[in-house]
Amino acid sequence: MKRLVVVLLVLLAVVAFQASAQKVIKVAILAPLSGPVPTFGVSTRDGALLAIEEWNAKGGVLGMKIQPIVEDSQCTPDPAVNAANKVIDQDKVHYIIGEVCSKASIPVSEIANAKGVIQISPTSTNPSVTVDAAGKAKPYIFRACFIDPFQGTVGAKFAIEKLKAKKAFIMLDQANDYVKGLAEFFEASFKKQGGTIVGKESYTATDTDFAAILAKIKTARPDVVYLPDYYNIVNLATKQAKEKGLQVPFMGGDGWDSSDLDLAASAGGYFTNHYSPEDPRPEVKNFVKAYGAKFQDDSGNAKVPDALATLAYDATNLMLQAIKEAGADDTKKVSATLAKIKFNGVSGKITFDASHNPVKSATILAVKPDGVKFEAVVNP
Amino acid sequence: MSNPSATAKTVSTAPKQRKRRAPLAWLGRAFLILIGLYVLYVIVSNLIKDFSLFANIFTGGLQLGFVYALIALGYTMVYGIVRLINFAHGDVFMVGAFVSYYSVARFKLHLWPAAVIQGFPPVLSTLLGSITVILLSMVVCVLLAVTIERVAYKPLRDAPRIAALITAIGMSFFLEFFGALNFVFSPRFIPYERPFGVVAWFISKGIHLVVPGEEPPSDSVTFSNILLLIIAASIMVQLVLQFLVRRTKIGMAMRATSFDKPTARLMGIKVDRVISFTFAIGAAFAGLGGVLYAIAYSSIWTQLGILPGLKAFVAAVLGGIGSIPGALVGALIMGQAEALTMGYISTPMRDAVAFTILIVVLLVRPTGIFGEPEKEKA
Repeated sequence: MKRLVVVLLVLLAVVAFQASAQKVIKVAILAPLSGPVPTFGVSTRDGALLAIEEWNAKGGVLGMKIQPIVEDSQCTPDPAVNAANKVIDQDKVHYIIGEVCSKASIPVSEIANAKGVIQISPTSTNPSVTVDAAGKAKPYIFRACFIDPFQGTVGAKFAIEKLKAKKAFIMLDQANDYVKGLAEFFEASFKKQGGTIVGKESYTATDTDFAAILAKIKTARPDVVYLPDYYNIVNLATKQAKEKGLQVPFMGGDGWDSSDLDLAASAGGYFTNHYSPEDPRPEVKNFVKAYGAKFQDDSGNAKVPDALATLAYDATNLMLQAIKEAGADDTKKVSATLAKIKFNGVSGKITFDASHNPVKSATILAVKPDGVKFEAVVNP
Repeated sequence: MSNPSATAKTVSTAPKQRKRRAPLAWLGRAFLILIGLYVLYVIVSNLIKDFSLFANIFTGGLQLGFVYALIALGYTMVYGIVRLINFAHGDVFMVGAFVSYYSVARFKLHLWPAAVIQGFPPVLSTLLGSITVILLSMVVCVLLAVTIERVAYKPLRDAPRIAALITAIGMSFFLEFFGALNFVFSPRFIPYERPFGVVAWFISKGIHLVVPGEEPPSDSVTFSNILLLIIAASIMVQLVLQFLVRRTKIGMAMRATSFDKPTARLMGIKVDRVISFTFAIGAAFAGLGGVLYAIAYSSIWTQLGILPGLKAFVAAVLGGIGSIPGALVGALIMGQAEALTMGYISTPMRDAVAFTILIVVLLVRPTGIFGEPEKEKA
């Protein structure tokens, strides 16, 4: 009996050793698949998965297959922190693509940085994601998109130059870092270019009634309303504005970019974004084709990738390219490689500055009743 | 519900003694009175300064207030009968909104006459269809509430009141988070599809239709057909309920049960049925409120019922818990307080103000505006 047990144990050990000998590189994808902005999560996950699939088809990275681990972080700090802890501690992941929303990315970045896990956020635009309170860059944290100071400034520039706006009204969600950041930078830039802010009203993320704010907008008569929030809030606010007969154009940021954006309600509005699928560059065309081939919407049509899918695709490719160039599954080496990398992504050429933010251009998109159309490109 | 007056005048031989209130209590009262006067001053000065802005905010407050009135009725009636604050009531309201969403978006129930009968006039079809959707939501809410009552509250009827209260809170959480599961309602914010379109008018030297593409003048007051529908529904519900409670047998049974349950039972009233009926009526109106709220604010999620439910509860307390006209008055005041706060202070402060009102009411006049103090059973 004892001999049998010993034999079994030896067999078990051999099998376990075999299993651990097949190494994979695990990449965690933290995306808000549920919660207020599910289209962001689905796009991010799909863009990242497409990139991983393409790399695996070419043999993986450093001879190892890439294994994606997808977690739902709900665009909210607590679930994101739980997901991050789980993938780092339980799944022993060294590379995280995520999160989408700045307010979730910031706490995750603290954890990842402390544990030496590389995090590339595809779309969090708040400066505090990659930079700590003292202003120094967090060594393991990067992002694939431009940041709010740039985005807010671009928005203000467009409002003043193209929309000829002199008075702006700002609506913001005080509890959302992304919205607050954009609103602050827009306000500063708008005032610097000679405009006046005729009103600044805050609301909460669960609000559905904007009647009071819209009544104030009606009285203040601004030339543009800046509402840099996510599409779920934009849908409600613009719908109620149209019902009250308000014709003032609304402007916003990349949070507007969603297939769930209510085109009829937000028609006449503009938003700053990371890319446009109508961009004629070959990288964009190839990516749009590959994405549409792999992902279809509910009616069976090929999905057109939005900015979130594009940035997730770029972020994942960045990560895997850096691992390949560093030559080892060592987060210290990979982060050093990332800091110096020159990468040609679908959303533009990406190189990182001292704060681990990419230097790239922004696109302005116009919302028309039949779709979102390319309006202009603004370079840094 | 009103109680028949039963206080006999007693002749007291002892000299009347006024209790001397501690000076600190007078200080508290004076403070509250000052705050009240300040609030009144701010309101009136804003009214004079910019009337159209005030009027727009006021109409927003009316919309909120009448919806809260529908929910508050359920709270007040249930409390009157079983002395239970049914915290799950706000979630029945949420279920009403969701049922109407699914019947409109999934089954297109709001257009069934035109789909079934060829050549049916579209306007009439939408009207009938919408009424069907509303009735369906009300029926589902009634079934849900009666089930909740039988399963969760009835077994605890003789238990200490706190047990039933905790159960109500638990039932509320259960409904919210069970609904948030993906195979039930999903945790997303769902953009609501209205069964009929919104038509808005603006008042500026006469009433004109708001045409899409044209902006009404800045000093006009806008209102929509949704506001009118909400006001009409709420007032109709009030009248129906008053008639029910005053003029029908079941209404008399409800009043009797709320006055003295054991004696009502002795008189042959089927108390369990009456209680279930009360829950059912409250839930029907909450379902109606849910549909109207969803049409007005066009975004639903499973935790939709928490805040309006709590505010309606405050409204019921403000108006006098147990009193039906009190529920309406309290709800209107709550709606206006919320709208004025949103308009003149800031939107996030509205919840703070709503619950401050609760604290003030409990401090100053716990029985509410129309409430009667609990009668001592001799």
